[in-house]
Amino acid sequence: MNIPLSWYLILAASLFCIGLYGVLSRRNAIAILLGVELMLNAVNINLVAFWRYLDPAQMGGQVFAIIVFAVAAAEVAVGLALIISVYRSRKSVVADDIDLMKW
Amino acid sequence: MTASQIVFLLSAALIIGSALMVVTTRKLVHAALWLVAALFGVAILYGLLEAGFLAVVQVVVYIGAIAILFIFAVMLTRKEMRDTGPQTRRSWPLAALLGLLVLAGLVFLVLDMPDVARTAVEIPAEVDTVGALGQALVSPEAYALPFEVASVLLLAALIGAVYIASGQKKE
Repeated sequence: MNIPLSWYLILAASLFCIGLYGVLSRRNAIAILLGVELMLNAVNINLVAFWRYLDPAQMGGQVFAIIVFAVAAAEVAVGLALIISVYRSRKSVVADDIDLMKW
Repeated sequence: MTASQIVFLLSAALIIGSALMVVTTRKLVHAALWLVAALFGVAILYGLLEAGFLAVVQVVVYIGAIAILFIFAVMLTRKEMRDTGPQTRRSWPLAALLGLLVLAGLVFLVLDMPDVARTAVEIPAEVDTVGALGQALVSPEAYALPFEVASVLLLAALIGAVYIASGQKKE
């Protein structure tokens, strides 16, 4: 275990930014959700790395990571259900086309 | 260069490479499969960080449930824009610039942190991290309330998802 903490943090930062790029650049709504998943994983890497490197006897970091798992599962379930529902009524998964509630 | 550093660098290369494929590849099914590879790399990192329970949960929940859900959704909606037409918005260079700026800022902050090159503290031999995690999740002094709130959130989200996706009701 002689990996510096900064390696984990920089890896998580790169993963977060790749996910951010995916969210901002993709047209397909499902691909946007894929980018969100990458960002959530980057956050989880940080949480677990801080837990391991600061105080492994305190379980807060791992508990928070588990709650992020649950929230990610909820987000994906609702998001994909919305996309499938929109696709059924409008025959499109392009985020720009879904402008029914846009002013 | 020790063995754990080599494992870290290999899994970091796997994560970054597959994440780049997730956001750039044209075919969405391939993007979802690359996401599986990236999630697997993150599970290896959890193993390196001695968070064995999280590594297992990552494989079971993320790869086993979430990634499969993505593949289902892609297959249910793939008639639209399968391989034709642009997959990225016209403003994608702006998105790339913003991503690089955020990356530069984060790396600057990380390198500016005090004592960032520290190595991991030893886990005392008598501490059982998986057992401690289980007790922290159910003991009222620790994290029982957030745990219950998360489970209610998950239940509500899944009921909502079933209701939204179930389609037109007969009036």
